[in-house]
Amino acid sequence: MRVLVAMSGGVDSSVAAALLVEHGHDVVGATLKLWGGPSDSGCCSVADVDDARRVAQQLGIEHHVFNLTEEFDRHVVAPYVGEHVRGRTPNPCIECNRSMKFDRLLGRSERLGFDRLATGHHARVTDGGDGMVWSLRRGADADKDQSYVLSMLGQDALSRVLFPVGDMTKDEVRAHARRLGLRTAAKPDSQDVCFIRDAEGRQGFLSRRMELHSAEVVDSAGRPAGSVEAVELVTVGQRRGMGHGSDGTRRYVTHVDVAARRVTVGSAADARCSSVVLAAPSLTWVDRPLHAGARAVAQVSAHGRPVPCTLDDHGVDGDLVVRFDAPQRPVAPGQTVALYDARDPDAVVGAGVAA
Amino acid sequence: MTTAATTTYLDHAATTPLRPEVAAAMAEVHSGPLGNPTGSHPPAQRARRLLEEARDEVAAFLGRDPGDIVFTSGGTESANLAVLGTAEAALRERGDAVVLYSAVEHPAVRESARATAAAGMEVRELPVDDRGMVDPDSLARALSSRAVVVAVMTANNETGVVQPMADVVQAVRRRAPRAVVFTDAVQAAPWLDLAEVTGGADLVSLSAHKVGGPVGTGALAVSPQVALTPRQFGGGQERERRSGTQDVVGAVGLAAALRLVAAERPAAAPRVAALRDRLAEGLLAAIEGAHRTVPAGVAVLPGHLHLCLPGVEREELLVALGAEGVCASGGSSCASGALEPSPVLAAMGVAPGLAAGAVRLTLGYGTTDADVDRALAVVPSVVAALRRTA
Repeated sequence: MRVLVAMSGGVDSSVAAALLVEHGHDVVGATLKLWGGPSDSGCCSVADVDDARRVAQQLGIEHHVFNLTEEFDRHVVAPYVGEHVRGRTPNPCIECNRSMKFDRLLGRSERLGFDRLATGHHARVTDGGDGMVWSLRRGADADKDQSYVLSMLGQDALSRVLFPVGDMTKDEVRAHARRLGLRTAAKPDSQDVCFIRDAEGRQGFLSRRMELHSAEVVDSAGRPAGSVEAVELVTVGQRRGMGHGSDGTRRYVTHVDVAARRVTVGSAADARCSSVVLAAPSLTWVDRPLHAGARAVAQVSAHGRPVPCTLDDHGVDGDLVVRFDAPQRPVAPGQTVALYDARDPDAVVGAGVAA
Repeated sequence: MTTAATTTYLDHAATTPLRPEVAAAMAEVHSGPLGNPTGSHPPAQRARRLLEEARDEVAAFLGRDPGDIVFTSGGTESANLAVLGTAEAALRERGDAVVLYSAVEHPAVRESARATAAAGMEVRELPVDDRGMVDPDSLARALSSRAVVVAVMTANNETGVVQPMADVVQAVRRRAPRAVVFTDAVQAAPWLDLAEVTGGADLVSLSAHKVGGPVGTGALAVSPQVALTPRQFGGGQERERRSGTQDVVGAVGLAAALRLVAAERPAAAPRVAALRDRLAEGLLAAIEGAHRTVPAGVAVLPGHLHLCLPGVEREELLVALGAEGVCASGGSSCASGALEPSPVLAAMGVAPGLAAGAVRLTLGYGTTDADVDRALAVVPSVVAALRRTA
């Protein structure tokens, strides 16, 4: 097969490329330049592109750099800022996967005549046996599993992608890179949001792109309980900066009202949540949709603990309610909820965004 | 990806192959003992002789005195020395300086000019019209007695558009008599008689690898009346304008390449221009919506063909052409190697949607009829395939 492999300059995509070459495929590497601004390591620094290019040379494959900075700004960074303006908590990695890697790059790979697009994600794609239905499964390394950030992919994308390191543990990936003498073998994993530098943080980044507003903090009875500098940066369930209640216990954010510039806090028990509503337009399914009454397993963050749940109708325009079996940490509006098969909890069923 | 069996090289403006005659001349330098040109023993004397013979030839090519020629490491160093060296000297003397450069300058010139802002100088970009040419009226308006250096390239690297140097020089002499004119002649060198075209300028830059010489060698011609502060310090070589042991082999290579160009240009320029025109006509006829970026009637270097191909993305086009063995260029790249939106096309007012599908095909002295035939066979089908799956 002719395969285009997206190489970030990290060890996973380096080994993904190496495995494809070892399996005899006709492989070409491509690195996306996504972020034009400053970054710590990100996925777009010159050093990372150099790493990807050098690995491609070591593997004897062609390498290209594709400049998608404008599209990244429009489809990932701008919505990231826009969601914060509305007081929501977006996941830019999911948006980047959706609109950059598995839309624009996938389209490009097809136009250039490639049969498949490969990435270094820790996840697995398997065809259902009849070759018709593709399933998306957790990566073999439970700690590094990235199925959550791919949970919005459907059959169209899954039928055209490969995740060559999905069957390996991170240790195995690194060992393979060491065996091949790849310079990325010991490179640390990327962390956090690639376009935000540690030095400026989320607040520093957002303050240059939107207005941040201070807000009052009140308890569940509406009594004043302090203030915050930027209401747009407060997330439901947050503990940091919320102090302690009159009984000395820690307080948690239970509600954020950006328009009213008000943050409500309560006890840990108040902050538990038993359900979350997924807006209908955000719902995506790997294959067939789940309906009210179906059992599933929900994961609400990239490395969150999977929690058993039951789906329910919300009665509004096809919105879906996820009812957790046991109350758990709240899900902030804008967060993606990935749903896994109740009987086969490694298999992604679909995803939606918390309303 | 499976590499195509044949290579059709149409990226001569990026770099053109080292001529065998030049390689031979450079190898010849090593056939005898070669010392440091600043020494006194016979190998040093030999090195110095070869260096000065090369200088004589470069000077003759540019129609200047040998003493005007400074050997450098290439076009970028020449541009840095020209812009920063003259601006700094003027700032020291006058305490005030305005640096002007055209909006289509090569990054080596543009970024040198912009760097003078950090040293307290005023920097102004001169607009170009939709043909990519500096408008003499805007230039006249921008000029004042405060101007110290005006940088306008002889011909553009992306489009090949030839600038009206005589008009530029005249405007500067009239409105800013104390200013110097620097022209980056790197792209024009294979194609134009620089003694004639750049004769009025005070500083002229060259790069060896654009004329069939080696990468890593260039020259800057500096007229005697120009005050120039050096950019690098040391042993005071090149009449204290550029310290560092001279690259005798590189200088010999540059001189040999220029000698070939001077001898062959009268026949090569019309031959290549005819090939380019055949390529242009063939592609325009075969690719729907294709058009030349530079309007008809504008003077363009014989080797340059710049096209806008609606409905394709240049990054994809270059990869797909490369897979078929056709080497083209999409404009300027950033540090990572990614293509950047072209400031040249933006300055000409080319719509971003059209610029997205811009491609530069540049022919050289070695380009043949067969190369053009091959490009005519490959490019339209590659474009069609990309459009089909778009």
